[in-house]
Amino acid sequence: MAGRRFQFLVRTPQRSRSQEIPLRLELRGITKRFGDLVANDRIDITVEPGEVHALLGENGAGKSTLMNQLYGLLQPDEGEILVDGEKKVFRSPRDAISAGIGMVHQHFMLVPVFTVAENIALGAEEVRGGPLGWLDRRRNKRDVLETSKRYGLPVDPDALIENLPVGAQQRVEIVKALTRDVDLLILDEPTAVLTPQETDELLAVMRSLAETGKSIVFITHKLREVKAIADKITVIRRGRTVGTASPDTSEEELAELMVGRDVSLEVTKTPSDPGREVLKVSGLIVEDDRGVRAVDGVDLVVRSGEVLGIAGVQGNGQTELVEAIMGLRPSRAGTVELEEKNLAGRTTKQVLGAGVGYVPEDRSLDGVIKDFTVAENLVLDLYDRAPFGNRVSLNPKAIADSARERVERFDIRTSSPQSTVGTLSGGNQQKVVVAREMSRPLKLLIASQPTRGVDVGSIEFIHNQIIHERDIGTAVLVVSSELDEVVGLADRIAVMYRGRILAVVSPDMPREEIGLLMAGITSPAQEAEESE
Amino acid sequence: MSGVSTATVEELTEASAPSRFWNRERRLGAALVIIGVIAAAFFGSLAPSETARFTLSENAEGAALSINGQLGAILFGVITVAAGAALLAGVAKRWQTTLLVLGIVTFVFSFLCWQVAGKFLPLVDTLSGSLELALPLILGALAGVLGERSGVVNVAIEGQFLMGAFGAALVGTLATSVWAGLISAVVGGVIIAALLAVLAIRFLVDQVVVGIVLNLLALGVTGFLYERLMQPDAIKYNSPPRLPEWRIPGLADIPVIGPVLFETNLLVWLALILVFVIHFGLTRTRWGLRTRAVGEHPTAADTVGIRVRGLRYLNVLMGGVVAGIGGAYFTLVATGAFNKNLTAGAGFIALAALIFGRWTPFGALGAALFFGFAQKLANYLGAVGSPVPNQFLNMLPYIATIVAVAGLVGRVRAPAADGVPYVKS
Repeated sequence: MAGRRFQFLVRTPQRSRSQEIPLRLELRGITKRFGDLVANDRIDITVEPGEVHALLGENGAGKSTLMNQLYGLLQPDEGEILVDGEKKVFRSPRDAISAGIGMVHQHFMLVPVFTVAENIALGAEEVRGGPLGWLDRRRNKRDVLETSKRYGLPVDPDALIENLPVGAQQRVEIVKALTRDVDLLILDEPTAVLTPQETDELLAVMRSLAETGKSIVFITHKLREVKAIADKITVIRRGRTVGTASPDTSEEELAELMVGRDVSLEVTKTPSDPGREVLKVSGLIVEDDRGVRAVDGVDLVVRSGEVLGIAGVQGNGQTELVEAIMGLRPSRAGTVELEEKNLAGRTTKQVLGAGVGYVPEDRSLDGVIKDFTVAENLVLDLYDRAPFGNRVSLNPKAIADSARERVERFDIRTSSPQSTVGTLSGGNQQKVVVAREMSRPLKLLIASQPTRGVDVGSIEFIHNQIIHERDIGTAVLVVSSELDEVVGLADRIAVMYRGRILAVVSPDMPREEIGLLMAGITSPAQEAEESE
Repeated sequence: MSGVSTATVEELTEASAPSRFWNRERRLGAALVIIGVIAAAFFGSLAPSETARFTLSENAEGAALSINGQLGAILFGVITVAAGAALLAGVAKRWQTTLLVLGIVTFVFSFLCWQVAGKFLPLVDTLSGSLELALPLILGALAGVLGERSGVVNVAIEGQFLMGAFGAALVGTLATSVWAGLISAVVGGVIIAALLAVLAIRFLVDQVVVGIVLNLLALGVTGFLYERLMQPDAIKYNSPPRLPEWRIPGLADIPVIGPVLFETNLLVWLALILVFVIHFGLTRTRWGLRTRAVGEHPTAADTVGIRVRGLRYLNVLMGGVVAGIGGAYFTLVATGAFNKNLTAGAGFIALAALIFGRWTPFGALGAALFFGFAQKLANYLGAVGSPVPNQFLNMLPYIATIVAVAGLVGRVRAPAADGVPYVKS
């Protein structure tokens, strides 16, 4: 019986690329332009067989663009790709896959309403019945389980993707690539959505894959991970390779290579001087879009003149918490008070009018209107009030004057205040949001992921603006999934996990301990306290 | 840590319990109870206490199911209430659909008892008439399923019907062949589908707008040619042969079902077979898996090497074939001649059936049959001079669709990338 089974396991076409011969990849002079922007400028990279090669660079440095060309999603304008010394042209991902290259994208490429097995089979389905292409679900499932077992990556083939946590979805993505017998695996920012502990697991998986002879290209901007796993490091800055380094290189040196100058990741600020309670949230319960409790009884207080940072892995209720405070999402229970006035049931416009500034986490969705000009975007909050206008008409001159002044003051790099915001870089778009929200007299500033996808120069500027706002007595709530950012900005840190504030700690607390909290692990002392 | 997370899970379930009480089944149950009460009280009090006869033959003679109209209206209404109450009380999952169907059917019968009291309703004629009226709706909705499951919204079903109907009439007459007519109906449907595909997939024009424009184009072109060509010389250009009715001996002798299903034209069988073929195609084959992937998450499909646009072209064109056949129904089966705006909005009802049927072949079949029945009933009520204006029944498809889209009977979810053109970043 076993013999018969094994006959079925012998699959023909896909296994033909011998699985144990590792692959050597060479990129030579890859150049890619988008209009005037040179996203990749003559990039050379060599990935040796069985090597974990880290591609280090800031957001927007051109790492993903480069990998999309390697995976056939984009075509290079110049340069060539060599696999095992042979020149290849990848017109589509299909070509890349058949050359033995697989990719796990930053945003998972999984169909949410399909099962794990369906997602893994997609594009390489096991079929019978010849031209009809009748799916052989049993064989598909067996392939999944086989790969899952071989590489020690547990997945449930029958689970629906939409019901899986991100960590599990990522395993599915890796299994998906491995069932295609790839010899080189590209991982694009794989740790962005993981807890520190899940990250460690992933690094272990990468290490063991490399030991079986797979080459791995690991894209990241996190220095710690690079040092922990990489055999070789290529640093990319503004579309160019600025150097290769070995993992022994110090973090400071790597950071300098990455951003091109001596940067202090620290935010310079004076000790805070907290005053009265401005924002008071008690017992807040909020549901997410699926009706699942995302915020599960949150209490927090933000005082004037202090920054409260909310740390936590993305998707632990931070988004819903902020949206509930802003009146963008109804709450099921609990109160939100701004200077002892209840905000419940207020519209977002009323909340803003009460003296709240809001930097939303998704800039392009909620922060700016890309087809509007910089000037127009700067008055989205006050367009119907003097001096910018009234209920009937706008005052173009006042809008233009104010825009000119604010473009100057907030260092927004744009050819003109009349350019559409969509033509600006991510950092400058974010400065438009910040300029708008910080131009009103504020009691409370809420900044969600204030520097996501923003270049280093702009990060520094935005951080300084936030600290300035604190220093003039505004209460500030900063939400970020970047622990460095929270530690740098906050005077107190609330760690959020599964819709709850697990603890409020000082930014001086060791990073590892905050990391454990972010994974939901409270210290023994606190656990004892809770059980009492 | 584990202690913390268990507590969270327990509280979660507990807290969500109130919102789960009004689940889909309970809401449907409540709706059934309400309409059942209306049926028993309203229909019952209005119905004359005379015999309502549901005859098995085509006329008033022969075997019939008879019941006192008033008694029947009340009785069936009460059964509707009972079915609704059972759903409200909560029953095992496998009974839910049965109860729902029972509730709706008895409500319909309650209404019929009121209307038919003192008269008769030919059952076979009503059923086969419903099926025939549903026929273009089934085909049109299937065309929609093919396109929309791959992510291309097809509002142009009406236009495809018109072109199909026109092509069938013209070529069928010229070639004096019903088969030539059928083939040119397919060509007509595919022409509109090809325009839709190129504009929507290649040129990224808003798909709803393209659909409406194509409908107007088809209406204008066929209307113009009808007036210039067909109207002056109808014998030469507009008298196509009709599709023959085929009778399968043996099976056709089964009472009620026999004459409805086995003494009919080719298109009825074709439509029913297509429902099965497309259902199994979508759920069980490589083509179906890829189609659904492209309709839900085209980028994901692209990254595993599936040609997103190619598959969308294929599906939209196949939809054109199916809708073209649906168009042939109007000239080769129903009327025997083309006329200006012959389809009169049937394409939009097919679109409604697609949505009401939740983008699935069997759902579309059920919705189309339901709409066909409503239309047939409207015709019947008009014929017997019912006090209920038949326009009310003609509105039914649209009202049902609004109810469905508003989410009153469970969540209606279109394919995630439906109507979103795919552009490589």
